[in-house]
Amino acid sequence: MDFGFLTQPAFSGGGTYFDWVLSGIKWTMLVSVCAWLIAFTIGSVLGVMRTTKLRWLYLPAAAYVELFRNIPLLVQMFIWYFVIPEIVPKALGTWMKQGMPMPEFWSAVLALGFYTASRVAEQVRSGIQSIPAGQTQAALATGLTMPQVYRHLLLPMGYRIVIPPLTSEFLTIFKNSSVALTIGVLELTAQARTISEYTFRTFEIFTLATVVYVLITMAVTVLMQFVETRVRVPGYVGTGK
Amino acid sequence: MAMIEFRNVSKWYGSFQVLKDCTTTVEKGEVVVVCGPSGSGKSTLIKCVNGLEPFQRGDVVVNGQSVGAKGTKLPQLRAKIGMVFQHFELFPHMDVTANLNLAQVRVLGRSLDEATAKSHALLERVGMIDHAKKFPGQLSGGQQQRVAIARGLAMDPIAMLFDEPTSALDPEMINEVLDVMVELAREGMTMMCVTHEMGFARKVAHRVIFMDQGEIVEDAPKEEFFGTPRSERAQQFLSKILHH
Ligand SMILES: Nc1ncnc2c1ncn2[C@@H]1O[C@H](COP(=O)(O)OP(=O)(O)OP(=O)(O)O)[C@@H](O)[C@H]1O
Ligand SMILES: [Mg+2]
Repeated sequence: MDFGFLTQPAFSGGGTYFDWVLSGIKWTMLVSVCAWLIAFTIGSVLGVMRTTKLRWLYLPAAAYVELFRNIPLLVQMFIWYFVIPEIVPKALGTWMKQGMPMPEFWSAVLALGFYTASRVAEQVRSGIQSIPAGQTQAALATGLTMPQVYRHLLLPMGYRIVIPPLTSEFLTIFKNSSVALTIGVLELTAQARTISEYTFRTFEIFTLATVVYVLITMAVTVLMQFVETRVRVPGYVGTGK
Repeated sequence: MAMIEFRNVSKWYGSFQVLKDCTTTVEKGEVVVVCGPSGSGKSTLIKCVNGLEPFQRGDVVVNGQSVGAKGTKLPQLRAKIGMVFQHFELFPHMDVTANLNLAQVRVLGRSLDEATAKSHALLERVGMIDHAKKFPGQLSGGQQQRVAIARGLAMDPIAMLFDEPTSALDPEMINEVLDVMVELAREGMTMMCVTHEMGFARKVAHRVIFMDQGEIVEDAPKEEFFGTPRSERAQQFLSKILHH
């Protein structure tokens, strides 16, 4: 393998091919992290909504999850990029297509974020529901209101329980971010493809991309393990009693 | 004065009636033991007192306040009644002191210092002060249950409810919990205890209620209950639990 081509001036843009790789990494990170912020926030709200006994809260959340979880991510990407600008009010649609900066980036972030939110919602719901009902009763019995029970018991315990599956969703979002290339986001996979077309160093460049993805996921895993250790409850083994 | 008053309480799960027209009272300072076979509705009955279980007919009146009435603020009512559960139900992610502080701060609005002082005094009283910084998972069952009792007492309750507080404990830990309960009873706490610890009932109960199939079958002063229970069902039940 010869990685010498990385330092050569790139076909366009003035930098080297290595600069293209770096730019790809930057967009992969940006798409993934922005999408994760949306997924985590909306997913948490939806997950909590699904655990309440209030029909007007859990029904919309359940509908959301079923809808977004069951449409392929690629299709959702196309819908956000190609379809949404056509069906929103005309002025907004025109702005989305012409005025809005980086339309492909924002479409990718929204598609990936809203899709992953449905998966996060399921994790958060299962975490909260795995807490024995007696815990909620005990908390209510002390005079706490239901929102307080969520705030002080169900959420802190629920999130602890679902750190492992949430980590896995967080990793998946980095991998799924490569789907953004289909609507023109020049993230890592897209850059690797372009570089291979210009240099014919297909093997080298995809090896490099693979290594970068592995490094990113390793970093995320280490970060989440750190979080898990930080919030570990002494003596706590599980919810089963 | 009646501290807790059940007035013809009935409850259904679908078509299955769990509580059948239950009427009884617990006076201020009185200790009432509730016993009966599994599934007879003891837990359901005791949870009606603080509205953890809703009921469809009748009412429960606690210290003059109706539990079933529409306008009743259940959190405020519950804050005045301590409750201890079979499986302790301490909050696993908080240390012992934080477990006791939580509702004091969030419900009663005490300052953290005030709450901690109160918590430590109560932990001292149940013999758990040396474990104040431990987490529930680091304690034995008996220790957890003593902390749970202290958590109930931290709210300065007007009554305490116990739902089989010792039945999840290994035999050697039962007494450490019963001792705390006996002491409480002797200090004049109003208590409603679901338990099959007849030794405890003999020692401190004023009255014993026997339930079967959702009905209060027997409701008698302790001496009478252990002397000659009137119903055959109670006699059978007693002979079963007293002979081992
Ligand atoms: N959510 C529910 N739905 C339907 N039936 C229920 C429900 N909860 C309890 N029951 C039934 O109500 C009856 C009374 O239950 P309860 O827990 O009050 O009994 P218990 O006397 O406390 O029994 P144990 O000694 O086993 O704790 C039981 O027959 C039980 O099966
Ligand atoms: Mg019970």
